[in-house]
Amino acid sequence: MIADMLSGGFTDAPVQSARAFREILEAMARPGTIRRVEGALPPAPLSVAAGVTLLTLCDATTPLHLAGRCGAQAVKDWIAFHIGAPLFDAPDADFALGHWADLQPVNRFRIGQPDYPDRSATLIVERDVLSDDGPALTGPGIQLRTHLNLPEVQAFHANRALFPLGFDTIFTAGNQIACLPRSTRVEVI
Amino acid sequence: MTDQSYNFAYLDEQTKRMIRRAILKGIAVPGYQVPFASREMPMPYGWGTGGVQVTAACLVPEDRLKVIDQGADDTTNAVSIRKFFARTAGVATTERTDEATVIQTRHRIPETPLTPDQILVYQVPIPEPLRFLEPRESETRKMHELEEYGLMHVKLYEDIARHGQIATSYAYPVRVEGRYVMDPSPIPKFDNPKLSGCPAIQLFGAGREQRIYALPPWTEVVSLDFDDHPFEASKAAHDCDLCGAGHSYLDEVITDDQGTRMFVCSDTDFCAGRREAGHQGRLWASQPEAAE
Amino acid sequence: MYVAVKGGERAIDNAHDWLAQERRGDPAVPELSVAQIREQMKLAVNRVMAEGSLYDPDLAALAIKQAQGDLIEAVFLIRAYRTTLPRFAASRPVETADMVVDRRISATFKDLPGGQVLGPTFDYTHRLLDFTLMAEAEGCDTGPEQGTPEPAIPVPHVTQFLNRDGLIEEAPHSDDPPPDLTREPLELPADRALRLQAITRGDEGFILSMAYSTQRGYGRTHAFVGELRIGKVAVTVDIPELGFAVEIGEINLTECETVNQFKGSRTEPPQFTRGYGLVFGQSERKSIAMSLVDRALRWNELGEDFTGSPAQDEEFVLSHCDNIQATGFLEHIKLPHYVDFQAELELVRRLRSEAQSQQEAAE
Repeated sequence: MIADMLSGGFTDAPVQSARAFREILEAMARPGTIRRVEGALPPAPLSVAAGVTLLTLCDATTPLHLAGRCGAQAVKDWIAFHIGAPLFDAPDADFALGHWADLQPVNRFRIGQPDYPDRSATLIVERDVLSDDGPALTGPGIQLRTHLNLPEVQAFHANRALFPLGFDTIFTAGNQIACLPRSTRVEVI
Repeated sequence: MTDQSYNFAYLDEQTKRMIRRAILKGIAVPGYQVPFASREMPMPYGWGTGGVQVTAACLVPEDRLKVIDQGADDTTNAVSIRKFFARTAGVATTERTDEATVIQTRHRIPETPLTPDQILVYQVPIPEPLRFLEPRESETRKMHELEEYGLMHVKLYEDIARHGQIATSYAYPVRVEGRYVMDPSPIPKFDNPKLSGCPAIQLFGAGREQRIYALPPWTEVVSLDFDDHPFEASKAAHDCDLCGAGHSYLDEVITDDQGTRMFVCSDTDFCAGRREAGHQGRLWASQPEAAE
Repeated sequence: MYVAVKGGERAIDNAHDWLAQERRGDPAVPELSVAQIREQMKLAVNRVMAEGSLYDPDLAALAIKQAQGDLIEAVFLIRAYRTTLPRFAASRPVETADMVVDRRISATFKDLPGGQVLGPTFDYTHRLLDFTLMAEAEGCDTGPEQGTPEPAIPVPHVTQFLNRDGLIEEAPHSDDPPPDLTREPLELPADRALRLQAITRGDEGFILSMAYSTQRGYGRTHAFVGELRIGKVAVTVDIPELGFAVEIGEINLTECETVNQFKGSRTEPPQFTRGYGLVFGQSERKSIAMSLVDRALRWNELGEDFTGSPAQDEEFVLSHCDNIQATGFLEHIKLPHYVDFQAELELVRRLRSEAQSQQEAAE
């Protein structure tokens, strides 16, 4: 048990987090494109990609919300040891981690303030699989259109309508990530 | 070789995480200036500390870094910053735009078109495009919030009324995706069209002013103008005297006591590449030793 | 004949070599040791510690040596070093009421508990150059007899006496963690804790001028030095594993509290108000100036009018008091600006030629 908690972090944090961030940056800058990350082995039920994302972006200064199964004790212990992010309720979190259903309703999350739209939550959404089989995405970072299998469409329409406010989303599945910043327009199906 | 007495790319991990979070928010809200807790760097504020922090947060060991100042790789501050990263991150460096994966720049966008595999990092002195109209941050923040950009248009229009044209030649303000007015850093307005629809990620770092902002690839960036006075990306009406390019931004060089001038590409890599490919300017053929 | 500017790297290396020679000066003159600077240039060391925001006399002395005595450059070296240091803990607030004072004066009461202690001050020196200091071998003057140090007696704060009579505004204790300017971007409006933090590491000359401007009427606050004290305080840190606080060392501080005349405002009764200054080391001028600027910046909280004076203007003071930011940006204009200048050159030429053709058309 203890061994699980202590293992699975970055073994060479400066370099591994640098490589992971580049993938996350590319994914956020090119919404809908699927990238691969590596370097973390978090406890179940977290995906490698969710673990890498937490290790790369979160620390003691970022309130984190764990939803549903992602709030398992083994996950909390691992986060406490490797990341140190304080756990908070949804409305106060900078980052939130969970499956889409567990994160509902997503309008609980911070969308920033009109003068500080950056003070908004980033949702890390665990998926079973990521694929380009989904609605068309357009907007900044996308030349013509990309496609991504989204858990739903309506919530992202509502989020886009808040622009420049809104939350930003990182989807994770296995070792894959893809992003949907608030600036992306999702095709109406 | 990396200097082992420093963390990879100099900054500690917590600082890099803080900068990385700011960069991602900047990407999510193109053109909006994200406040970040800029650190004191071992080089002075105003000398690229913002760009250096952004570059440090983005670099991976596999990168090939190019650093330019005024378009040139061999200006002293560019040399100094390149050396800093070669030492603290152990990354390969290059002077060739087409070989670079990360390019840190001061005051220019390279002439060679950028690719999706590149990140362009700008050093920014004053990130606030409204600063010279309204010095107070508390006021300009409100103006961005309310999209109150009338003052900027009034200023540009006053130029037209007085001078018959917009008298802003660099750091020419742009509007990003129809929302935020943004300062593109003091690039000449000749470079403004390259901001829009660029395949590379563009990141802007202002260290002293503690702001990061970003343009994701393919973002629409429009230089502010008026229907009756459309934006014009102007440059000196000359060709490069070394490589003969007619469409690159030029430095003016005074060559003798009589004030004789010549014009040369400010982008040194672009100019050298053209000469290697056999292009010759007015003064090149007669002065081959200038290649030294 | 055109030769492109090349060889930046070699030029930089050569410049650094030359700089090192200049720093050393004439090799026939013995080299300064860091300990000599620390002991004999104490006030310079204090300033570098205060504005560098790092209490380490040895490193400050080293920075002064490396910077050839350019104190702003030395502050810069300290700041750049400081920012790389890990943080192990945050200390508890220091208790200046328990300070072991070297100097303590009040301008508001002739005598008071704890007494007036002149301490090591330039105040009543006649500013005459002392040519005996030029003598190569200084006399072995060990200064005033030190004897056995008297047991420290508590020296209560002057404002405490005024407070007893309700004549001065309350300064309630707060356990709120103060914001950290070095870890969060400056956000306006700033609270008092953040302002004080910015001012204590701000440039001494800038703070001095701001304070002076209030005395001359630009945001006047009628300040009396209620008390100025210099001495040692203990720094203690809570150790969660032990369940109690441990003293980890002592630091020298200068604290100034001003008592400011105040006739009352829309929101506050007539009473004395306070300005506060606290600075690393013996830094008298800075701490007095700090307390004047602090008081001037409190106009809003005390219901006073904003008269447009620079020292009342929080955004102006906080955005411009940091000499490392200021000097960097000021000096950056010596970097190449060929590109922007060329753009301006073209613009001016075009404007001139158009003005000329208009003039010709008119003639």
